[in-house]
Amino acid sequence: MQPRLKIGVLFSRVRVEEKWIFGAMEKRGIDYDRLDDRAIHFDLNDPGPWQQYDAVLERSISYNSGLYALRLLNAFGVPTVNTAEVAEICGDKLMTSASLARDGIPQPHNATAFTPEAALEAIEAFGYPVVLKPVVGSWGRLLAKINDRDAAEAVLEHKATLGSVQHSVFYIQEYIEKPGRDIRVVVIGENVLTAMYRKSEHWITNTARGGEGELCPITPEIEDLSLRAAKSVGGGVLAVDLVEHPERGLIINEINHTMEFHTMQPLSGIDIAGEIVNYVVSIASKEYVG
Amino acid sequence: MSTVSCIECAAEIVLAENTEVGEIIVCPDCGVDLEVTALEPATIQLAPMEQEDWGE
Repeated sequence: MQPRLKIGVLFSRVRVEEKWIFGAMEKRGIDYDRLDDRAIHFDLNDPGPWQQYDAVLERSISYNSGLYALRLLNAFGVPTVNTAEVAEICGDKLMTSASLARDGIPQPHNATAFTPEAALEAIEAFGYPVVLKPVVGSWGRLLAKINDRDAAEAVLEHKATLGSVQHSVFYIQEYIEKPGRDIRVVVIGENVLTAMYRKSEHWITNTARGGEGELCPITPEIEDLSLRAAKSVGGGVLAVDLVEHPERGLIINEINHTMEFHTMQPLSGIDIAGEIVNYVVSIASKEYVG
Repeated sequence: MSTVSCIECAAEIVLAENTEVGEIIVCPDCGVDLEVTALEPATIQLAPMEQEDWGE
């Protein structure tokens, strides 16, 4: 008989997603600990307290806390969902772009520069409008649509002067005239679970910014592209965001490694929290073969 | 049923039955985000402000 599994859930805030995940753990009778990332510490000489876990599910809101916790847990030999490598790639837009480019997966036209002068040159080569994004950041924060050279110079100067060191990496992306929506696809392991359109009149369609959800049929193209994108960044529990490019069709915009699904779960009627927990259990019991 | 008093505006807030420690609630009067820090008895504090690396 297999010994009883012990799971850790690393979190920052108990959002509705965490409540659903805790509920799914309890419904399955799983022995689990709630690990508040603001209260824990890691003693690198004493990994024992962490090695009691057969797997840890990372749900931190803070990218840095989550990433470093995953790195330490993986270094201690503790399986995590997702892995530190996946978090590192998905949490950084440039690393995501590099993975997708390596694997020939369609994505927006991107350019990167390391000084405002070089960034301006790259922007001028793109033509206007373009979008400037921080390489690390979420919820549509600090995205800038640049409509002309005056705006480009102003935003680049502000970023160089006021931004943290991360803002000195200039991530430039073509502006896509999408049809007032993008598509979020939930991928768990090898399966596409559900998909929804995120609609907004604003050019930023993130539901964290007020975008609304509507169920999206999973076409073979959406399924294939989402699975390839998920695999490209290392796989696991992922939200793959696609946009409909007016000329190129479906392309991958970004991939989230600690997805929110408060809109998707009730909309789809699918127990996403339960599916996440099932996946964590399969990792913990080493039954999952990706 | 537990009640708490909003730190910002002193409004009385009734916590839902299934409230959890660590959950964020919004004051219905002033709209401030509050974090539930204990349940018996119920205590709250102002929720931390959004940080640059927060997200999904």
